[in-house]
Amino acid sequence: MSTTDAVWSAQGTTPDAIEAALRQLLVEVHAEDDSLVPARVLNMIAFVDREWSGEIANRLSGVGRYHASRMVVLSYEPGRERLDARVMISADSDRAPGEIALLRETVVVELGRQHLDDLLTIADPLVVTDLPTLLWSPHGHQEVVAELLALAQAVLVDSVDEPAASDALDRAWSLKEQAYVVDLAWLRSTPWRERVASSFDPPRRREDLRAITSVTVRHHPASTVTAMLFAGWLASRLGWRTGPLSSHGDALSGSAAAGDGEVRLCLQSAPELQVRGLEGVTIETASGRSMSLDRGSGGLRAISREAGGEEHRWTIPGASRGETGVLGEGIRQALLRDPTYVPAVGAARAMLA
Amino acid sequence: MATPVAQPGLQAESENPLTAGLERMPVAPTSLVIFGATGDLARRKLLPALYNLAHEGALPERFHLVGVSRKEKEHGDYRAECEQAIRRFSRRTPDEAVLKSLLDNVKYVPGTFDDEGVYSHLCSVLDGFEADAGEPLNRAFYLSTAPGFFPVIVERLGTSGLNAHEGAQVRLIIEKPFGTTLQEARELNRAVLSIFDEAQIFRIDHYLGKETVQNMMAFRFANGMFEPLWNRNYIDSVQITASEDLGIGSRADYYDSSGALRDLIQNHMLQLLCHVAMEPPVSFTAEEVRNEKVKVLQAIPQPQAADIPGMAVRAQYGPGQAGGENAPGYLQEEGVPEGSITETYAALRLEVDNWRWAGVPFYLRTGKRLARKVTEIAVTLKPVPHLAFSQEGSLGVQPNQLVLTLQPNEGVSLSLGAKIPGTRMIIRPVNMEFLYGTAFLSQSPEAYERLITDAMRGDATLFTRNDEVEAQWRVCDPIVSAWEQTPGPLPSYPAGSQGPREAQDLLRGEDRWRAI
Repeated sequence: MSTTDAVWSAQGTTPDAIEAALRQLLVEVHAEDDSLVPARVLNMIAFVDREWSGEIANRLSGVGRYHASRMVVLSYEPGRERLDARVMISADSDRAPGEIALLRETVVVELGRQHLDDLLTIADPLVVTDLPTLLWSPHGHQEVVAELLALAQAVLVDSVDEPAASDALDRAWSLKEQAYVVDLAWLRSTPWRERVASSFDPPRRREDLRAITSVTVRHHPASTVTAMLFAGWLASRLGWRTGPLSSHGDALSGSAAAGDGEVRLCLQSAPELQVRGLEGVTIETASGRSMSLDRGSGGLRAISREAGGEEHRWTIPGASRGETGVLGEGIRQALLRDPTYVPAVGAARAMLA
Repeated sequence: MATPVAQPGLQAESENPLTAGLERMPVAPTSLVIFGATGDLARRKLLPALYNLAHEGALPERFHLVGVSRKEKEHGDYRAECEQAIRRFSRRTPDEAVLKSLLDNVKYVPGTFDDEGVYSHLCSVLDGFEADAGEPLNRAFYLSTAPGFFPVIVERLGTSGLNAHEGAQVRLIIEKPFGTTLQEARELNRAVLSIFDEAQIFRIDHYLGKETVQNMMAFRFANGMFEPLWNRNYIDSVQITASEDLGIGSRADYYDSSGALRDLIQNHMLQLLCHVAMEPPVSFTAEEVRNEKVKVLQAIPQPQAADIPGMAVRAQYGPGQAGGENAPGYLQEEGVPEGSITETYAALRLEVDNWRWAGVPFYLRTGKRLARKVTEIAVTLKPVPHLAFSQEGSLGVQPNQLVLTLQPNEGVSLSLGAKIPGTRMIIRPVNMEFLYGTAFLSQSPEAYERLITDAMRGDATLFTRNDEVEAQWRVCDPIVSAWEQTPGPLPSYPAGSQGPREAQDLLRGEDRWRAI
């Protein structure tokens, strides 16, 4: 929970004036209460269409503690000629006595088409020097992303937003050359990757990793990329060579070469799933054993079938993070480095027909 | 840009290639048994920790909890108690579906800890889980009882064959206090090690599970600028403080039999000292880290009876003012025996006799009902060899002091001399401050969440080893004995104050206690 402690706004302003106002507000807030201290973790620049800025603000307000310490929202309205700005400094309202409260800064700059040529000089003074910067452009505007990448070390994308999986994967592949890519489509697969890694972790199960014969991934109809990234992750970690998948109704299927053998891959759309991401995963091995994980109430429903047909069912507790949680995780991941994403994208691209 | 990643594949059979890049490492399927399942620790810490792990999907793929306690009750009654405890003490509001999933895997075994029937009952419950799973599951026994029950539980686990399990790991988690004297600690170690291997044993010191304590390792060993100064040539003294503003509350029974020295110095504060004084370990494996900590403890000379009055001070809080209100003295607290000589304040001056630290005093102090709640380590550097500035008209040039604050606001501050603006060269100390909370987005997990996970994973880095516990007692035991043999009344300090005047006598030369 946070409260807004200080606000400044101006019309027809300049980046220097905005930055000066920010500094002054911070001094005033801290002078009033020295237990209020500015967080210094991460800059985040969001380039958003003004007509959708409310929706983006709602999404960001839900990320709670994962709010970037300085959020710079560049709100774009093509016909706008004047640069307007609002600065808000807020602090957590619920804190124990004697504890500090972190100040988080939000700068909203309203700008138009005529400002795009100078966008870098508008955004640059507004980010805190020496902090990593995450760039997010949820409404496309790839030309803007290309320019603002000069300021950013990480870029936030959601590959399921692209209409075509091939475009999404190609874009992630090209962005990786310029910045660390945080892909919400990838993060939606994190709990699944953790659980599958865990299932094969006991020494007696590890040998089964060599004997996987089939992987079926069930996914939200709009989350084919997440399913491809999950399969690509398995392939890249286990040394499989993926090939193009072909469409069969609402599924994509094909195979990957694994040593002398072959692994069947099937990405199955699950229209009943209401949220983006994966619905379930089934992995079969040459011994006849299979392991399925599916979303359920209070966690994942696990079904293990042994070669002899013996079946075990149980629930692995866990709460769904929801889309807000995924976005918060995306912001947090800008400060980390996952070395397995790019190889997974590489293997997923090879699945494109 | 992509960070290089190790070549994947299955060449190394011992490695799981799927764990690369994951923040959360797998935990093997485990049945956790809590002895003392209805006690305060279980309700306030263990059950909420388990819920939070469940919420985050961080419990093992298969997880069962069995509560063992004396009181007769049904599984359902115990589940209801667990639910109540989680709702009351969890750091997050429970998700109903997750809570139900967790509670569905909870069972209860009633009985006294010396009753062999309890262990055969327990055995059948654990076997039942494994029959359902179709495979052996790891077993972790958590001793959350009064320490007097530790030996009998361990002995019964051994005689019932629960100390080993074919095809799976068995682990024993033991709460503090691990003995109340060196002799008791040795006997307990002997008893436990006659049934379990050291590699199976996880002695809890929950301080080690705190992010703040782990940060000390990062502070020392991930920053090159401090290491050249981190020795007797540049450091004048080290002061470790763990003060509480509150009294003993409703814990008179426990506290009066323990006292400040046993409650905090023997375990937590000596661990902090170890983190300050240890050499860099070769690697951050459990054995390497603990080897270095034990070396520090062994380098502390065992206090001799004649020296104790000059290197250790104890006191009790008397009536005073705390938080703007009248506060009773220790002897007036409910449940405290008349004439008790249990110390509520203890301060020590220790030395670490090795190449790095010889001659540097380590001051430790802890107490109840002091001016403020704070845990900090203050490292005072030696003064500059020559002063070119006049001290007149200013607070003067003070030795630099590096303060690592563990709570309430975790951070690091460094005091520096700076010129006061004006025409004269007048110096006063200023602080350069860093607060961890300002630099990270994540919330620190509770210590027990980390420790339970580590124990189930078999990672003993944050747990104390048998020789470490005994080395801690080796330092404190002579002081405990000397104090027990010295009649009261104890020196007194007013509630809400900085502590007893007698603590000044421990300080060497120009040293001063920092204001609490």
